[in-house]
Amino acid sequence: MGRYILKRLWHTVYVVVGISVIAFFFIHLSGDPVMLMLPADASHQEIEELRQQLGFNDPLYVQYWRFASKALQGDFGESLYYHVPAMELILERLPASLELALAAMAVALLVAVPLGILSAVKRGSFIDLGSMLGALFGLSMPHFWLGIMLILLFSVKLGWLPTSGRGGWEHLIMPSLALGMSLMAMFARLTRSVMLEVLGQDYVRTARAKGLKERLVIGKHALKNALIPLVTVAGMQFGFLIGGTVIIETVFAWPGVGRLVVQAIFNRDYPLVQATVLVLAVLFVLVNLLVDLLYVYLDPQISYLEEK
Amino acid sequence: MTSRVAALAPALRLWAETLAELRRSRSAVVGGVMLLLIVGISLTFPLYYPVDPLAQDLMARLTPPAWQAGGSLAHPLGTDNLGRDVLARILYGSRVSLLVGFSSVLVAEALGIVLGLVSGYYGGRTDSIVMRVADVFMAYPFMLLTISIIAVLGNSIFNLILVLGISDWVTYARTVRGSVLALKEKEFVKAAHSLGTRNRTIIRRHILPNILSPLLVLGTVRVANIIIWESGLSFLGMGVPPPQPTWGRMLAEGRMYISDAWWLVTLPGLAIMLTILAINLLGDGLRDALDPRLRNV
Repeated sequence: MGRYILKRLWHTVYVVVGISVIAFFFIHLSGDPVMLMLPADASHQEIEELRQQLGFNDPLYVQYWRFASKALQGDFGESLYYHVPAMELILERLPASLELALAAMAVALLVAVPLGILSAVKRGSFIDLGSMLGALFGLSMPHFWLGIMLILLFSVKLGWLPTSGRGGWEHLIMPSLALGMSLMAMFARLTRSVMLEVLGQDYVRTARAKGLKERLVIGKHALKNALIPLVTVAGMQFGFLIGGTVIIETVFAWPGVGRLVVQAIFNRDYPLVQATVLVLAVLFVLVNLLVDLLYVYLDPQISYLEEK
Repeated sequence: MTSRVAALAPALRLWAETLAELRRSRSAVVGGVMLLLIVGISLTFPLYYPVDPLAQDLMARLTPPAWQAGGSLAHPLGTDNLGRDVLARILYGSRVSLLVGFSSVLVAEALGIVLGLVSGYYGGRTDSIVMRVADVFMAYPFMLLTISIIAVLGNSIFNLILVLGISDWVTYARTVRGSVLALKEKEFVKAAHSLGTRNRTIIRRHILPNILSPLLVLGTVRVANIIIWESGLSFLGMGVPPPQPTWGRMLAEGRMYISDAWWLVTLPGLAIMLTILAINLLGDGLRDALDPRLRNV
């Protein structure tokens, strides 16, 4: 188990280094950053001086090393638009994005898991067909369109919920539902198929033969084993949520990191884009690491097989 | 020649079985017919609906669909804030979505097949490098990767296809690599090897035809995802540039008039949903046909 964790940590380190290389090169692909920092009428001498001062004349690997060492200390430079440290802006907005992503994940799991179990247990019933048809539509709906439809119905027509912004729980309902819908559909289908497979296993048959109550058979024996693939997929989908917040935050004017990065792109605020991308990607890698470790806990065979 | 036929036989048998299975799958037939209809309409509509999607008629701005009070048959699905015909814009938008969706998948598949084949077949350091790069790409949230590249490269239909394709190669490369690793151990590949057949020939004749079926399923599912991402990028203003109508931009523009003109935010989204639904239905049928273990699930 220890060796597996070490291996996973090493994997995390090189992935983070890889991501930082990509994020670093964005600045260089986007043109001369010095030109973005100085007014359009700056003289050649001023440009050259600033370039020298900021070290842009150094070889690329020296510049990357400098960027990486600063990034490690949380210093991503200053936003060209807001004139404050990029990290400060990100940390200010991150809680809002995490709140939205976690709420979406919670909504998806709370609806999908019971629905998936019910569909598997009552296979071929009206509930099964209805929920699987619903899941198919849920998977086919772009989440930002669902967001707009929810606004049209619950804010514009019925006036029940606020159209945008962050505040109390009522602000969270529509964005989390819109963001979580396709995950809900995916989880419901997955839970159903895994439960169907598990319910056919010998140990479930044995549990039933022992005369255990059906609720115990499903809740204790079947569900625990069905949870393993669900945890993996839920963890992997966290990346989807991070990506998804970019659009949903724009639809609902949610003051999170996703909206910040979209605005930064339009403002050509590359240091902020670079910092946001790097922070979100590292966050995603860390969540994946946590999920993998949780996976080992849920299924001890994994670490055993890896070590073998 | 005989060995070539022998190598192709399992692949051909699989395709024939898949087709037969597909015809039996209700979801595949419904999805396939829907998709054919959508593609057919998108290719032929100028013949029977020759309306300019860019023509403005400010006198007829925000006209509701024909079935609603104030609507007219001249604009069956109504008009937008500049008096442009919504149906014509949806029809033209379908071309962008389908073109970007299918072309990006082709780019991603081409990249994924080459890298997955090389990585799986040759193994060693090449495999290690390709897979480590794949890990980095996998760790990068897809939407962030695409918008940050688009932000740097600029938005054109070509860049969009390229970026979406490049961002999506990993899934294919991993699938191909897995299939190649399994095929390398098969008798017919080992036999070809011991007969002195060149690696490139083994890959082309014996391995490639046998790895295409999982890629077909994956490609179908990914077209749906790419169309959603394309419309999302368009919605954010990072898709195909104006004046070309796209479903995503129609939604973004329509959002300003959400309280007066429901059709501007509803109908383009319905078009996206129906297209994705058709592809998902076909994908489900294909998956069941190609993976018999999933048939009863």
